[in-house]
Amino acid sequence: MKMITALVRPTKVDAIKRALVEIDVIGMTVNDARGFGRQKGQVERYRGTEYTVEFLPKAKLMVVVPDDKVEAAITAIGDAARTGEIGDGKIFVSPVEMAIRIRTGDRDGTAL
Amino acid sequence: MPPRFRSGNEASALATFDHLRVNLLAGVQQQHLRRYGMGLMAAGAGLLPLMAGSAHAALTKVPTDGADTLLMLFGSAMVLLMTPGLAFFYGGYTRSKNVLNTMMMSFFLMGLIGVLWVVIGYSLAFGTGFKSPFIGGLEAMWLNGVGGELGDAPLADGFAISSSSFALFQGMFAIITPALISGALVERITFKAWFWFCLIWSLLIYSPMAKMVWGGGFLGPFGTVGAIDFAGGTVVHIASGVAALVAAAIIGPRTTWPNNKRPPHNVPFILLGAGLLWFGWFGFNGASMFASKTAGYPFLTTTTAASAGMLTWCLIEWFKDGKPTAVGAATGAVAGLVGITPAAGFVYMGASLVIGALTAVACTIAVRVKAAIQFDDSLDTFMLHGVGGTVGALLTGIFAVKALVPADYFPLSAKIMEEGGNAGLFMAQLKAVLITYGFVALGTALILWVLGLFMKLRVSAEDEDRGLDFVAHGEEAYDPMTN
Repeated sequence: MKMITALVRPTKVDAIKRALVEIDVIGMTVNDARGFGRQKGQVERYRGTEYTVEFLPKAKLMVVVPDDKVEAAITAIGDAARTGEIGDGKIFVSPVEMAIRIRTGDRDGTAL
Repeated sequence: MPPRFRSGNEASALATFDHLRVNLLAGVQQQHLRRYGMGLMAAGAGLLPLMAGSAHAALTKVPTDGADTLLMLFGSAMVLLMTPGLAFFYGGYTRSKNVLNTMMMSFFLMGLIGVLWVVIGYSLAFGTGFKSPFIGGLEAMWLNGVGGELGDAPLADGFAISSSSFALFQGMFAIITPALISGALVERITFKAWFWFCLIWSLLIYSPMAKMVWGGGFLGPFGTVGAIDFAGGTVVHIASGVAALVAAAIIGPRTTWPNNKRPPHNVPFILLGAGLLWFGWFGFNGASMFASKTAGYPFLTTTTAASAGMLTWCLIEWFKDGKPTAVGAATGAVAGLVGITPAAGFVYMGASLVIGALTAVACTIAVRVKAAIQFDDSLDTFMLHGVGGTVGALLTGIFAVKALVPADYFPLSAKIMEEGGNAGLFMAQLKAVLITYGFVALGTALILWVLGLFMKLRVSAEDEDRGLDFVAHGEEAYDPMTN
């Protein structure tokens, strides 16, 4: 099992969800997140005063998938989230030791 | 008797009936007045820059008029709503950890000044006991005798509104004026210092200002200077703006200013607040006519100036910065409203558009200057109310129409216009503005200096960092865990 953590534009979350469901990856967690990368901040102007917003809003997705679906999931997320402009975000993949479904006590593959 | 009952249609049965009714009411009223003479003491001779009924009415006793009094009561309710409106206008601009404190600095004054006004504030502003052109008296404390037994005694000769509705209406102004000051001091002043500052400032600065301009005092049309101020250009806007400037200079900038400043946390709040202010301003300016028949003009000039202000501000942003902003639209409307306040009942529509637009231009320059010199008038109280009030007061001198400044109600101002025209009135306005600046600046500095001897004026840097909602009130506006 792998955990796929994706930091993406907030407007892309719905498209990513549809793309994952299409390849039968069911279940994900989304957080509001703020961050900066190469895009840096953005400048806003109120009453003639400039404010630099250092951290931009992003969505943070967490999906846990069986090993054989990692590549497909990465492709689905990447394709759905990409605009080609700076600020599209990043995907991180990390190992997961165990998964448990609380209702039934199912473990690992059946818990996903 | 007001001329509206003397004019040509007395032949009709309806007019005859009206005539009888008015005479009857006048008789009742006079009896009332004899019994409750106290009711008129507060009114004194020559109250208030306003024309009831007609521009050429002699200031004779008139009976209380239901429609005029209703205008005052409705106007009062509308002006009250401006204070929570201002709380939103200000609250949206601050950081989310300070929004409740910011809103409380306005909202709470409906409690504090609401009590203070009826206990003594009204008496100091509109009493006559001290026989001074600078301060009222103590005889109308607790609104003692104001309006007589039923509260319906007319305000003064020539005024057909009840004294009680006038006291109420003026109380709403007393509440919002110190609330305006809070914009310059948010996110750092202690709530205790704010409490005492408002209490003392209202008694020592606001009430004397109201007396001087509206209560037959030194600056007004019955006094020495002869300036006119329809609904509070000097009393409300310049006074609060100058106090804000001085207080912000004394208390100092936020620790986050100017290098770690944050954009407004809730722009929709700012728009909601501006909308409520605009609505309430109909009462603020419109009901300041004190007569429902002629209130159409101040209602109209109020809204046209606000429209012109919004449009001007947005166009300036569009040309200069590339985009018109929502905050700019809200701010421009408020700037236009501030500008028309001293002029609302003295000018026609064309002038109101010019006043709204010019005030917005002046205020856009002011906020940019503020940003350039990095002065922390946090929410632009001086830049909007001080600058806007000044521009409005001076433009009132330039644009005031003779027919709207009748000699019976504005003897000195009408005389000045007779002799020196609008240039003469402009000089009177300038004098009143400068005296207001001096009086309010010195008074505010003195109050803060004395307060500073007894308590801390600003919170510690740690508390500022933690956020004043929790530090001052033990509350948080937004807690994601309770949804």
